[in-house]
Amino acid sequence: MKILVCISHVPDTTSKINFTENDTKFDTNGVQFVINPYDEFSLTRAMWFKEKQGATVTVVNVGNATTEPTLRKALAIGADNAIRVNTEATDGLSVAKQLAAVVKDGDYDLVLAGRESIDYNGGMVPGMLAALVDYHFVNGCIGMDVDGTAVSLTREIDGGSETLATSLPLVVAGQKGIVAEKDLRIPNMRGIMMARKKPLSVVEPVEVVAATSTSSFDKPAAKGAVKLVSPDNLDELISLLHNEAKVI
Amino acid sequence: MAVLVFADASEGKFKKTAFEVVSYGKKVAEQLGDALVVLTINAANPSELYTYGAEKVVSVSNDKLATFNGKAYSAVIQQVAASENATVVVLDSSINGLYIAPMVAVALEAGYASNAVALPSSTSPFTVQRKAFSSKGFNNTVIATENKVIGVSKNSYGVHEAVVSGTTVSFDAVLSEAHFGVSSVTVSKASGEISIADADIVVSAGRGLKGPENWGMIEELATVLGAATACSKPVSDLGWRPHNEHVGQTGKPVASNLYIAIGISGAIQHLAGINASKVKVVINTDPEAPFFKAADYGVVGDAFEVVPALIEKLKAFKQA
Repeated sequence: MKILVCISHVPDTTSKINFTENDTKFDTNGVQFVINPYDEFSLTRAMWFKEKQGATVTVVNVGNATTEPTLRKALAIGADNAIRVNTEATDGLSVAKQLAAVVKDGDYDLVLAGRESIDYNGGMVPGMLAALVDYHFVNGCIGMDVDGTAVSLTREIDGGSETLATSLPLVVAGQKGIVAEKDLRIPNMRGIMMARKKPLSVVEPVEVVAATSTSSFDKPAAKGAVKLVSPDNLDELISLLHNEAKVI
Repeated sequence: MAVLVFADASEGKFKKTAFEVVSYGKKVAEQLGDALVVLTINAANPSELYTYGAEKVVSVSNDKLATFNGKAYSAVIQQVAASENATVVVLDSSINGLYIAPMVAVALEAGYASNAVALPSSTSPFTVQRKAFSSKGFNNTVIATENKVIGVSKNSYGVHEAVVSGTTVSFDAVLSEAHFGVSSVTVSKASGEISIADADIVVSAGRGLKGPENWGMIEELATVLGAATACSKPVSDLGWRPHNEHVGQTGKPVASNLYIAIGISGAIQHLAGINASKVKVVINTDPEAPFFKAADYGVVGDAFEVVPALIEKLKAFKQA
């Protein structure tokens, strides 16, 4: 089985979010970048397939050279090789089109990604990619098994879960549950050393026209200070929630 | 030209988000001077949508669509968009909405703005504000394509009544085997409980509760308020509560009107998942807990004293 895992290079959750150039650019100054946490769950599931069922695992990112440390980290976790599509990631559709070219070129059986990236939270790319390459698609996946070309999956639904049956080739957008959090891997020294020698190929982008663009960013309005209510005066809390906040 | 809204009916019934997207689509249609068309699949009472301004409802009834299917639902939306000459498609941001919108966008060669939190601020260029960075920022997105798909963030625009005398027409969608390459095997849902996605109020508790045996009062508080229960990540990791109650980053997102956090310190990963809630209340013994900086109202106190007292006071309040 040939697996492609799409890796988004995102600011760590604890990053301060600021904007520069008249609020038109995300300020990367001092920001630590990581593998998107949702993608990490899917990458770990790919490693499981590789080890238990035999698979080659390629990781891919659409981005400029600054994203390479994130791809190296994915290699250190155990992916076999990496591809970087050498262009800025702009909107969801253009990233999906870049990935579609990679998928067609590599003839992958299974494409794994995360449900959303924690920077723009768009949740667009996996479904768009599936539609572009005409693979089956399952979103919000919290469990999957592959038997030959038959695939059984579980996805989260409102208030529960649903099991699904499909077949390869397939695009899956995963989240916590596709592997348990405790199964996530921290690269060890050997993995990091080996990752340096693994192939990371840089491919040139296909020509695409972005469908959307960001004209500017805004920060949320400053929040007022918390109103403290004494534990001996919970009637006041109820009154505030009823009369002021109007939520009960 | 038209604005097409997909109003999802779960087991035949509309949820609040269906009315919210119709309200939103109605305004967008007004902004553009276009007609509003609302599509619904296997809804028991499509006419309920007239209350929110749906003058024309396109109703698809098809047994093959009794259970949600991402590809088939996307195909129906695309077919109705084509037949109604729609250039803007509006969906909700439910789990199913997020599943189908990207496929609809590709089919219509449309730019897609997910997580929209407001009406378009301009129709030329077509600009929509979206939440990003786990609600720590907003992204004003310009959609350049002729066709556009908008995913409306839950609870961001609200439900607005605008009663019209509408008409409902039926539509026969053309579906083939190819649309059902992914098939539903079983659906399991907790019955009788309010899901976190649907709840107006969410009562959430953390490690401060000390053990799973102490959740009785959390459930009782939720019952009194008509709320869903949720928990922090450590609590689900410890197995005190099921994983489907975990809210926060990597867990379920919450965008309720009221979020009550009990014995939750407010780690940044937790706040990232619940930031979109309108009003936040924290109950914690530690006045230095980071949650107090994110909350609107706070009680510094022991949950084991505050929660039972709050339950009694709320019962009295509800009876009054």
